[in-house]
Amino acid sequence: MIEVVLRDEKGSYFPSREQYFELITELKESSFEFLSDLCAVDYLGNESHTLPDGVVPERFEVVVNLISLQDRERVRIRVQVPENDCTIRSIYDIYQGAEAMEREAYDLFGIVFEEHPDLTRILMPEGWEGHPLRKDYSVGRVPVQFKSSTSIR
Amino acid sequence: MVKQISESTDGEYEFEGVNFEEEVELPIANTSEGPQEMFLRGGTEENELRREKGSVLRMSEGMILDSGDVDIEISEDETMIINMGPQHPSTHGVLRLMMELKGETVLRTKPVIGYLHTGMEKTAEGLSYIQGSTNVTRMDYLSPLNNELVFSLAAESLLGIEVPERAVWIRMLMSELNRLSSHLMWMATNGMDLGSTSMMIYGFRDREMVLAFLEKVTGLRMNHNYIRPGGVAADLPDGWYDDVHAIVETIPMRLDEYNDMLTGQPIFRERTEGIGIITQEEAISLSATGPLLRSTGVAWDLRKDMPYLAYDQVEFDVIVGSVGDTFDRYAVRLAELRESCRIISQIIDKMPSGPYRILDKKVTPPPRKRIDESMEALIHHFKLFTEGIHVPPGETYVAVESPRGELGCYMVSDGSAKPFRMHIRGPSFVNLQALPTMLSGSLIADAVAITSSIDPVMGEVDR
Repeated sequence: MIEVVLRDEKGSYFPSREQYFELITELKESSFEFLSDLCAVDYLGNESHTLPDGVVPERFEVVVNLISLQDRERVRIRVQVPENDCTIRSIYDIYQGAEAMEREAYDLFGIVFEEHPDLTRILMPEGWEGHPLRKDYSVGRVPVQFKSSTSIR
Repeated sequence: MVKQISESTDGEYEFEGVNFEEEVELPIANTSEGPQEMFLRGGTEENELRREKGSVLRMSEGMILDSGDVDIEISEDETMIINMGPQHPSTHGVLRLMMELKGETVLRTKPVIGYLHTGMEKTAEGLSYIQGSTNVTRMDYLSPLNNELVFSLAAESLLGIEVPERAVWIRMLMSELNRLSSHLMWMATNGMDLGSTSMMIYGFRDREMVLAFLEKVTGLRMNHNYIRPGGVAADLPDGWYDDVHAIVETIPMRLDEYNDMLTGQPIFRERTEGIGIITQEEAISLSATGPLLRSTGVAWDLRKDMPYLAYDQVEFDVIVGSVGDTFDRYAVRLAELRESCRIISQIIDKMPSGPYRILDKKVTPPPRKRIDESMEALIHHFKLFTEGIHVPPGETYVAVESPRGELGCYMVSDGSAKPFRMHIRGPSFVNLQALPTMLSGSLIADAVAITSSIDPVMGEVDR
């Protein structure tokens, strides 16, 4: 295993963005051949973002869940992605199944996956502005006016 | 008197020198059957003429024009992009397939999704844990109980609680019945896609039997909101044993009929066998799960390999295919229906007694009767429904085997009563990625059969 990859008590890996691609490559070679899930989290405003010592908390986090089919084991990799440089290396070259998942994370969080074959919006319309799952993206609301009604009492 | 009959340019017949007002003497031909009167062409009925004009469509196959004789130049390397969907009856909702065709062969495909996107993950961040299961149940609308299950398991894993034994077994019974209804629905729609409309009617009939029981238990045919964090919403109703027993007695007999009707039918087999093949390596690298992965021969079933609920206490087999074609996916689902019946008949015999939800006042509301007599119960009830369940901070990933594959839920809590982030890993969403691989090189007519064999539910794909 490459050096200085931090782990917490649950066994999750916390690589830096530079270590991320290399770590996933190594994990795939060491029997974690199945990508179960890839998603992103926006930690804006979350006071309880607890990470092991040595990991600098950033606004975004990319979470990868891998499965080892032989050992029937799961492992989680969490990478911190800063707000001002919202890019991370795509793992499409390792797991082709990451294509749609990374497109979804790009669409809804605006995280750019470098060297992704087709990084376009997947769920939102093509010309949409903004990334809806970001915490500072307003959902908007329709004003409701409570009208007075004649009561039977 | 010479009568000349000629055809005018607009296809109508004119009779030169004939005055219809006059009596015309018509010749009488002598045939082997005796003398027969010959009629004028103008006397032919309109429908007789139409029959004659349509006769070109009834030419024998040998007389049909050879396409090589047609004088239209099509260059050898020309391909065509065609859109199938989003409004196409075989795309099961609003799925659009952009296909590059060369003649009738599909070269490349791009599934275009998002037509049903309603931002349910964003909605979930605004709903408390008690309200959350009403939201997730609408994602995969053919197996809503599995969605509720994975949401509840994720919330419970963050809370660090374990639900009572009976709740576990009720959950297992309900999600297994839901697998039955979902697979029966697939049998129905797949039959319809391949032209077997009888299968559609039969599939819906049997699904209705399962849904009737689900309605009896939960009050709704779909979108039940029955499995909730802390247990289930209500205990099983009186007479549930006989109802479930009737289902598991009837369905295997019906499956034998469907087996005869589809598996034994040459047309069905020709349309499915060797169509849309995907290899083990491709399926694994594309993160395919469920019947799609198992059809390639990988015995991966979360119920067996990473047991949740009490699946380690029931006996069942994991069904695998060998070729990975459309027929294998059909066969896997057909056999899984039998396995589900087997699991259900074990569950109903082993069903333990006890409470159907956790007796923790911070998680489940007190019974209605207690509210009238106990101040404490009233306060708990009030706090629960105004504030909700407070879940300790942390993150978790829980996965269950839905009828379509691995249904996962990644949940992050910040200590409040609403999930900070709730991500659903939809099996249909991920499995759709395998479609271009399966379609490449097949005929466009098979695209319908292959798309159907993935069993995508667009509500879950787009969320």
